[in-house]
Amino acid sequence: MRWLLLKDLQILRRSPLQLALLVIYPIVIALLVGFAMTRDSEQTKVALYNAMPASEPLGFGGEEVDGNEIRDQLCERVECLEADSTGQARNMVESGEATAAVILPEDTGDRIRSLASLNPDPPVIQIIVNGSDTVENQVTDDQIEAMLGEANLLLAKRLSEGAKEYLDLILQGGSFEFFGQEIEVLGLQKSEQILKKIEPKVPAGTDRQELERAIRFAGLATDNLDLAGPLLTAISEPIRADKVEVGDEAPSLDTFAIGVTVAFALMFMTVLLVAGSMALEREENAFTRLTAGLVSRLQILMAKVGLGTVVGFCISLILLVGLGLFVGIEWGRAPYWLLALVFGAAAFAAAGSALGAAAREIRAATLAAVMICLPVALLSLIPDDAVGPAIETAINLGSAIFPFRPTLDAITGGLEVSGSGIWLSLLHLTLLTGAYGALARLALRRF
Amino acid sequence: MDAQLPGKSPALAARGVSKSFDGRQALGGVDFEVGPGEVVALIGPNGAGKTTLLSILAGISEPDSGEVEGEGVAWVPQQAALYRRLSVRENLILFARLQHDAGQTSEKPEAMVARMLELTGLGDRADDRVGTLSGGNQQRVNIAIGLMAGPSVLLLDEPSVGLDPAQRERLWTFILGLVAAGTALAFSTHDIQEAERYAERIVVVAEGERIFNGTADELRRAVESGRPDDLESSFLSYLRSRGH
Ligand SMILES: Nc1ncnc2c1ncn2[C@@H]1O[C@H](COP(=O)(O)OP(=O)(O)OP(=O)(O)O)[C@@H](O)[C@H]1O
Ligand SMILES: [Mg+2]
Repeated sequence: MRWLLLKDLQILRRSPLQLALLVIYPIVIALLVGFAMTRDSEQTKVALYNAMPASEPLGFGGEEVDGNEIRDQLCERVECLEADSTGQARNMVESGEATAAVILPEDTGDRIRSLASLNPDPPVIQIIVNGSDTVENQVTDDQIEAMLGEANLLLAKRLSEGAKEYLDLILQGGSFEFFGQEIEVLGLQKSEQILKKIEPKVPAGTDRQELERAIRFAGLATDNLDLAGPLLTAISEPIRADKVEVGDEAPSLDTFAIGVTVAFALMFMTVLLVAGSMALEREENAFTRLTAGLVSRLQILMAKVGLGTVVGFCISLILLVGLGLFVGIEWGRAPYWLLALVFGAAAFAAAGSALGAAAREIRAATLAAVMICLPVALLSLIPDDAVGPAIETAINLGSAIFPFRPTLDAITGGLEVSGSGIWLSLLHLTLLTGAYGALARLALRRF
Repeated sequence: MDAQLPGKSPALAARGVSKSFDGRQALGGVDFEVGPGEVVALIGPNGAGKTTLLSILAGISEPDSGEVEGEGVAWVPQQAALYRRLSVRENLILFARLQHDAGQTSEKPEAMVARMLELTGLGDRADDRVGTLSGGNQQRVNIAIGLMAGPSVLLLDEPSVGLDPAQRERLWTFILGLVAAGTALAFSTHDIQEAERYAERIVVVAEGERIFNGTADELRRAVESGRPDDLESSFLSYLRSRGH
């Protein structure tokens, strides 16, 4: 068997162009998929619980901002799901129904109003995000940040407009309502003019000096308060956010992207290589000679699985380490992700053998490998909540019978410090290796 | 009709061998023998069952019924079973190692390769890729691998197909050299002249049945049609007259 393996490696070395394609093509695809893929383009779902008293106007300084307006602002970019309580919103996030929850506490209104007072106490919005979804999580974070930014901008604008009205009142004078009572305000400018007008009539002396001081103050105040309006717009972050994470800790975006990249490259390389190499035995007519008393079909099969495991493992290891230099991986968990690579490579190699044995020709085997790998792997990346139940079942089935999903789970599990379930994935991969090996052996009977 | 010498047990014998593929009969109870050191040609139209018979004789496929007796039988497939991307030496050493590990020979693989390079006269091409060799030289390597275990009977399936006359001549010089060393030989061919020139005995199969077994002269007499110089066309009308 080792001679067969050695022979396959020699053949591989003799085919530098094919080898380069076999390595570069999957890696390019994998990088594209791993990093350019945002899992779905549809709107993120955010649970919203508004604990503010219904339709309480948030008027200040004549400007009105009501809760609905803030809500609309929040829900412009994401799909909002109404929640009836903080607990419900939290459950929606934990169950994956929503990727995040935003909670407007009861005192939001009071606090917003306080912004226009002398003792501003900014409202704190509570944000709950799910740790267990990866790319989506990152996207949601960005979206929530953008949402908050917009809500803040709106409030800041209203706030400064409201405050400016007060200022104008003080500067220019006018009337405003206070507990149902109309109050006349004289205004600093008018005061100055009036004072100036009466100044000559006041005899020189102490009173006259006092009056002059009043006029100077009114003039200074008018000039300086004029500048206060623009200064108020500098209140840029009236709302604070308090972020809480719930749910399982899941691989971070980097880990997930690395996992997808490596699993993709491993899949393509190994399946293409082994399927082609198996079909080569027939195209070179060597299979009959080999099985005429030299080696058994099982030994040929094992040599092919060995070839795929060795080559797939080595190249995916190089890829993983290479990626690790840029994004940082858990070197301390090397035993785990090395195991994941070995088991994944073996499962893909077995699948490749079955494909090559069934296709019997290199071209057909190569075509079949690409046509099966690509859709099955992409399917297993579709999030469950993005499709209907029938397709979801199909996706789960595809994820279960093709080694891509368990390999991805094993690699990300191996890379994550808190990674769980790697043993289950390895068991899954072992079963798949056995099953595809049996299929390949069956196909070799009529090879 | 049987040309086998009395008292000399055959090196390889098949009796009443039948084989069907998906219900279609490829061989229907065929007898076939090769005496020690004898050269037998197997001729017949496409699909007659030559390859099927040879592979059963070689023990590569099982007959549905009938039996095969013989030891030290080596089979050389119709198309060169070689890795074209590997060099002559790498191909030889691979099969030498496999035969060694399978217990078919005790000769050291390296020594075996040296001997086969010598035998095929391809020593100076040893490090060339098989894919770059001429068809004749590829066939030599192909046959050399069949000879590794030192067989007493060598089965060649259309060894000279696709070769030009000069290459064919050189290949046969090589093959007859082996026969001179005592190896019995059975080969299939479509070329009746080739059968007449190199074989001591000719077996004709058509549609899975043996319809002739004898020397070239006997075949010539059997197919006699007034044009003794053209055995091929006589042979064709002979086949036609037998309903094939
Ligand atoms: N593996 C197979 N599966 C199905 N049918 C087969 C198989 N091998 C041979 N046959 C059939 O058996 C019959 C005999 O085939 P065989 O290859 O032995 O003929 P042959 O005399 O060698 O022909 P040729 O001169 O073309 O090489 C043919 O009808 C062929 O189609
Ligand atoms: Mg044939």
